[in-house]
Amino acid sequence: MYTEKVMDHFMHPRNVGEIENASGVGTVGNAKCGDIMRIYLDIDENQIVRDAKFKTFGCGAAIATSSMATEMIIGKSVQEALQVTNKAVMEALGGLPPVKVHCSLLAEQAVHAALWDYAKKNGLVIEGLKPPVDDVDELEDEEA
Amino acid sequence: MIYMDNAATTRLSETAFEAMRPYMMDQFANPAGTYSFAATAAAAVEKARKQVADVIGAKSGDIYFTSGGTESDNWALKGVMTANAAKGKHLITSAIEHHAILHSASALEKQGYEVTVVPVTPDGVVDLEALEKAIRPDTVLISVMAANNEVGTIEPLERIGEIAHAHGVLFHTDAVQAFAHIPLDVERMHIDLLSASGHKFHGPKGVGLLYVRKGVKIAPFMDGGAQEKKRRGGTTNVPGIVGMGAAAEDAMAHMQEIAAKEIVVRDHLIERIEKEIPFARLNGHRTQRLPGNVNFCFRFVEGEGMLMLLDAQGICASSGSACTSGSLDPSHVLLALGLPHEIAHGSLRLSISEETTLADADFVVDTLKGIIERLRSMSPLYEDFVKNGQDAIA
Repeated sequence: MYTEKVMDHFMHPRNVGEIENASGVGTVGNAKCGDIMRIYLDIDENQIVRDAKFKTFGCGAAIATSSMATEMIIGKSVQEALQVTNKAVMEALGGLPPVKVHCSLLAEQAVHAALWDYAKKNGLVIEGLKPPVDDVDELEDEEA
Repeated sequence: MIYMDNAATTRLSETAFEAMRPYMMDQFANPAGTYSFAATAAAAVEKARKQVADVIGAKSGDIYFTSGGTESDNWALKGVMTANAAKGKHLITSAIEHHAILHSASALEKQGYEVTVVPVTPDGVVDLEALEKAIRPDTVLISVMAANNEVGTIEPLERIGEIAHAHGVLFHTDAVQAFAHIPLDVERMHIDLLSASGHKFHGPKGVGLLYVRKGVKIAPFMDGGAQEKKRRGGTTNVPGIVGMGAAAEDAMAHMQEIAAKEIVVRDHLIERIEKEIPFARLNGHRTQRLPGNVNFCFRFVEGEGMLMLLDAQGICASSGSACTSGSLDPSHVLLALGLPHEIAHGSLRLSISEETTLADADFVVDTLKGIIERLRSMSPLYEDFVKNGQDAIA
């Protein structure tokens, strides 16, 4: 059901953990629906994502998308990190089963939520960044 | 490979396979044929009818062969409700039934029938008081499963049968998980209809049965030829039926010793998991439980991840998490037990057979311990729980 890439990121997830005194932390999803993602960002003074870590409660796809999303934003500028969409994460994983698309949305939103937290803490405005959405399934419906 | 998904399906037994073999090749006749070549096949089907009837203390004339448990459940509910519409349109069932029952009930509801779904206790036992209270003058049928497929709770069939018959209501039981595993008796338990499926007790897939007590009004489910007393058309599945009969006879002959063997392994699994894995909750009844069923919820983790990591170690199991159901909701059975969504997502069912050894059980628990630890170390819920010293998801 999953691609080799998904299995790899599930079996050997990259960047699991926490960052102490993180520049930004974002948590999205809810336990009721079966997945919660939390992303920690360490952002330097030039607004470059120096490090990213995650913790995820959820299925194989949720863990794999968190892992891939953190990998894709490390070393990127805040602006570039914002451009890492759920579609890009899915493509990098070689695709996801249709019922798991919402996991990739969750990963995208977790990054956005962490960036939002970073911007708020530093009194910054990141162009194009919207406040985090709690219910990603609403986004999914919009896209569908 | 360690196979712990016997509630999903079992391995065909050598006995069943050997019994079936001639009916796929040399004895291929359609038993409806009038020539003597058909007589052997016809006799084999009648032998199997007796073999399965003996499992439940029924007369072989009251056994109707079907394609499996789902067909039997559909037929029981739809066939009885439509044939008895003159008496009433009300059906009672329980919240933890298999979808073959619950979705058949919903289909009937759409046609104007009325359905009452009775709740269960936290152990998964049907609330008998609520059941009796739900009975109305127009109630035609009560359908309650013999044992639950997910959490293994065995239902008090005798009491349910007594209640049903005291009110002149018919009693159907979906015995797919219980048939040939635990003692069942249609007389003592006042059962009017009973569903079973061959592949759940080491018989072949694609064959099942519905017991219909003589005199019970039921509409045919499959219109067609004169097979099964004109109640279920379709060419007789001779090899399947013969295999199911052989498997049933085999299971009956060894029921006590098989159950005793399974219970030792089952209780070993339960004991070790409870002792060695924190925040684990046994689902289902502790003693009124199928010999082969173990079901736990592990807090702060989600079921699919558990299954994938178990699979990577060659262990086959199942879960009632949303991700395995294809929706966002976890299993309706776990929710009916009163478990909150977030805990129900972390369920694991290990269903064993007489082939499962204590060494298998030990390997599974040893593996599972590492898996739960690993998933918890990745879980934001566990992180919050550890940091706040309280249940952040409550």
